[in-house]
Amino acid sequence: MRITRSSAVGAVAIVGALALSACGSDNTSTGGSGSTGSATAAAGDCFSGQLDAEGSTAQKNAIEQAIKNFQQSCADATINYNATGSGAGIKQFTGGNVKFAGSDSALKPDEQTAATATCGSPAWDIPMVAGPIAVVYNVKGVDKLVLNADVMAKIFQGAITTWDDPAIKALNSGATLPSTAIKVFFRSDDSGTTENFTKYLHTVAPTSWTATPAKKWAGKGEGKEKSAGVATAVAQTDGGITYAELSYAQQNKLAMAQVDTGSGTPVELTGESAGKAIAVAKQSGEGNDLALKLDYATKEAGAYPIVLVTYEIVCSKYKDAATGKNVKAFLTSFASDSTQQSLASLGYAPLPTEVATKVKTAIAAIS
Amino acid sequence: MSSVTGVSAVDELPDGDHPVGGLTSTGRVGDRLFGGAAQGAGLLVIALVTLIGVFLVAQAVPALAKDQASFLTSRDWSPGGDAPRFGIVELLWTTVSASVIAMVIAVPVGVAVALFITQYAPAWLKRPAASLVDLLAAVPSIVYGLWGALTFRAVVKPVEDGLQTAFGWFPLFSRTGISGGTIFFIGIVLFIMVLPIVTALSREVFDHTPTTHKEGALALGATKWEMIRTTVLPFGRPGVISAAMLALGRALGETIAVTFLVSTLAPGSPWTFSLFNGGETFASRIANNAAEFDSPQKTGAYIAAGLVLFLLTFVVNAIARVVIERRKAFTE
Repeated sequence: MRITRSSAVGAVAIVGALALSACGSDNTSTGGSGSTGSATAAAGDCFSGQLDAEGSTAQKNAIEQAIKNFQQSCADATINYNATGSGAGIKQFTGGNVKFAGSDSALKPDEQTAATATCGSPAWDIPMVAGPIAVVYNVKGVDKLVLNADVMAKIFQGAITTWDDPAIKALNSGATLPSTAIKVFFRSDDSGTTENFTKYLHTVAPTSWTATPAKKWAGKGEGKEKSAGVATAVAQTDGGITYAELSYAQQNKLAMAQVDTGSGTPVELTGESAGKAIAVAKQSGEGNDLALKLDYATKEAGAYPIVLVTYEIVCSKYKDAATGKNVKAFLTSFASDSTQQSLASLGYAPLPTEVATKVKTAIAAIS
Repeated sequence: MSSVTGVSAVDELPDGDHPVGGLTSTGRVGDRLFGGAAQGAGLLVIALVTLIGVFLVAQAVPALAKDQASFLTSRDWSPGGDAPRFGIVELLWTTVSASVIAMVIAVPVGVAVALFITQYAPAWLKRPAASLVDLLAAVPSIVYGLWGALTFRAVVKPVEDGLQTAFGWFPLFSRTGISGGTIFFIGIVLFIMVLPIVTALSREVFDHTPTTHKEGALALGATKWEMIRTTVLPFGRPGVISAAMLALGRALGETIAVTFLVSTLAPGSPWTFSLFNGGETFASRIANNAAEFDSPQKTGAYIAAGLVLFLLTFVVNAIARVVIERRKAFTE
């Protein structure tokens, strides 16, 4: 191929243009200064600028909806939520790289110390999103399945290996269960969903699930990455079972098991049944630190026990006042009744009224 | 007359001390600049590789010193805390077996495609066919992961089931409970990813087979296949080995597609040599746990795993170099 001088120059120009166009202009201004002229009622102060957050994948869909709602009133605000997992989010928060973190469990004492050091003030756990954990399964011909904590623990430990096991049959007298092998999928990454699910199993069925609840899976099965991975795997595998947030179950159109809590009738997973379980939770934090202690063994009628509450981990007093204002603005919008109700269609439970009141008080106290 | 290694016989004078033209012609400024730049580039590359090696070793050694378990044979992986136990034998097995599966399929298929493009294809087909194969290399790794998870899995699963049923008695094909990302499946996806590398480089080499060799073989009465077997393939062998080593390097280090597709094993799973087992490769474990690098000790453990991968690739490349050099000595 003959390379003439003009074609060589042209080639360099094209490559240069392509390369330089990759260096786009980023909007890197962090945190605006107070409100723009068009502040609206529910959103509090609007700001123009960027707010970075990171954390739990369980609340990803909820936060995206909340961001959308917030941007309807505050079009200049950009909130970036990176769903990398509760563990990663907390690390980034204690490292000072993000302004607030989303986490499926409240800060542990050593995390609290690190966060307090970074913030210069105590860090608060503010519950925002109640996400029920669905036990999803994919068994041909089985539309309704009832499980209790003991049987679940045995399935996820590999002690029960086929769907027509007597223990499962005992809870499902009406159904015909095939002899397909049970394929368990678990979260291979560090996950708050794993932690909450195993907390439930360990609290209600301690003899069958002996491992300490942790973000790392201690049972049997195949590991897949993130909620999306496990949900897709179950959707593709006959006989698959896993635990995932309700929103992923709904998105992948997977069947969910009903839980027999000993309250008389098996509880189906809905927004209200999850909300009932949150309403009976007790606050384990002090003052405005609203870490909740869930009662997994609740026998309240119509309460679905496997819920997780995702918290937004914030500084009570930010070193940069503008950041504090922006976080407060966004969280006020997030906690507003309209946003909470819109989350129900995504598979989350809106916060029950008593908890919502406390949350609004705590947010108002952020500075 | 020049030999294959490119050293011109003209430069060798009876007294080999003085270059042609005497000591005064040491080259003009352009020569010196270019020579210097070339030397600098070469030194830069060597320095980069050395520095990467030094970085890996410096970060890994403190963590290795604290390791309570045998690094090369243990299956545990808990690098945090006061008594870390971590070992890479599972990672090593998964990485090596997935890459070997990929290479075993990719090299013959790649060489066959290259032969087709250079020797058998009609002239109007050569360029488009070559471009099509090169397009495979342009597909991003994550797209391979998505495609593998959503579409390709359904195609491979019946093959896996068939192999497990027919050859389940053989330890490599024994049944496991894993139905998601098996080593076999990942090996096949890796094969598709490294195929364009093998094909592109082999194609180049086969194109440069001296026409005199080929015509000589044909003149002596060889059929087309015999001509290829006696002239094109032996001539291209060093090139094909280089291509295979590059492809193996990619297969060993492939991260995103593997992370997407792999099925991690539950802690405490029994050891099995089956190719239908799950497990993580070095790259996918480091990628999966990238959020966990909170202490130098944990980071060091993962870097130690990366160091093993680095050394593995290095050793394989060194062996390939030796093989190529030995072959070259016989082609004069």
